[in-house]
Amino acid sequence: MTVVVGQALTVDEQGTLSYSELVAASGLPAEVVQELVRYGALVPLEPEAPAWTFSGHALFVVRKAQRLRTDFELDTHAVAVVLSYAERIEALEAQLRELRAQLG
Amino acid sequence: MKYKDYYAILGVKKDAIADDIKSAYRRLARKYHPDVSKEKNAEEKFKEMGEAYETLKDPEKRAAYDQLGSHAAGQEFRPPPDWEQQFAQGAGAFDDIDLADLFAAFGQRPGRRGGGPPPPMRGHDFEAGVSLSFAQAFNGAEIQLQMNGLEWDENGNGRRVPRTISVRIPRGVTSGERLRVPGKGGAGFRGGPAGDLYLEIEVADHPLFRVSGKDLFMDLPLTPWEAVLGTEVSLPTPAGEVSLKVPTGTRAGQKLRLGGRGLQRGSASAGHLYAIVRIEVPSVVDEAQRDLYRKLAATSNFDPRAHLEREAKL
Repeated sequence: MTVVVGQALTVDEQGTLSYSELVAASGLPAEVVQELVRYGALVPLEPEAPAWTFSGHALFVVRKAQRLRTDFELDTHAVAVVLSYAERIEALEAQLRELRAQLG
Repeated sequence: MKYKDYYAILGVKKDAIADDIKSAYRRLARKYHPDVSKEKNAEEKFKEMGEAYETLKDPEKRAAYDQLGSHAAGQEFRPPPDWEQQFAQGAGAFDDIDLADLFAAFGQRPGRRGGGPPPPMRGHDFEAGVSLSFAQAFNGAEIQLQMNGLEWDENGNGRRVPRTISVRIPRGVTSGERLRVPGKGGAGFRGGPAGDLYLEIEVADHPLFRVSGKDLFMDLPLTPWEAVLGTEVSLPTPAGEVSLKVPTGTRAGQKLRLGGRGLQRGSASAGHLYAIVRIEVPSVVDEAQRDLYRKLAATSNFDPRAHLEREAKL
């Protein structure tokens, strides 16, 4: 049994990802990642730039997209809709946690 | 190899038609998928169903699975003698292989497809949940994970390989946060890059400190006279005790800020610690104290409800 040591990175420490890095990490076909951008589920840092780059957060978006697409057999448009609901739920849950902390 | 009853996992009969299998899977996925479910152990349950569906939805895999015969779930078994020849050439020894990994490799095994040299394959990603104490999250920690992730073996088959991975978690992480450990997933195959390890963080509640973003909140109970007269209190913080000045006329619910005493993430400025004032009253007072309260009541013209009548007018 081998022991390896790794450094865990937060979303902010992740740095920016190139389009090809994002596709490789997502497990999605490249055209699905492009579709997600077209539908607004994924926003490049500079959409008009010749080569897209993405924030660390995008990594978790595409990974979730991959799970939803495979596990629920959804088309990309449906994935984009579910992602927007999931993001709203996450934001509300975070808000709820913060309010609970402040109320005690 | 341990037998798994994929039909029982999906709750369908062995002769179920493809549509019934699909419906059964979809019904269960809606309930247990970790991205949409709040059920306990949703992730584990869903993994089993995904595995079962992955095999039963594909006619070739389903036929191969049916040929394995019927065994009790969890029972050790070996495929019939001609099974490997027929379905899983190159799968190698069956002893230490997981049924799911065997079927996942169907159609991907090297040599099954023609045309050009086979491309390099990226290693599998690993995922793990990590439970941290409040102190570990506040200070950062090095933790050890026992992984049993899927890896490529030299023939391109999936194998579960036990590994211990030591991971440095940065300070200031919070519940629900996801971290990535680059390159610490399964090794790549044919020169492909290694996969990544993804962690989902859960931080245990602390009896005093509550986390809100990078700020911390705690209660500060005061006596009525401390709140009126002001005082200086010694306050525990995650980084040690500090002295906090409570100004005169402090109200209940007021937040007293201790700058930079919250969570520190990377090199960004630290969050703050807020002490929320609670004014506590003694439940038992002796006669002498009661007299003092009565004197106070008689001399004070403070009316905290003065605005009620004024503002209640429609």
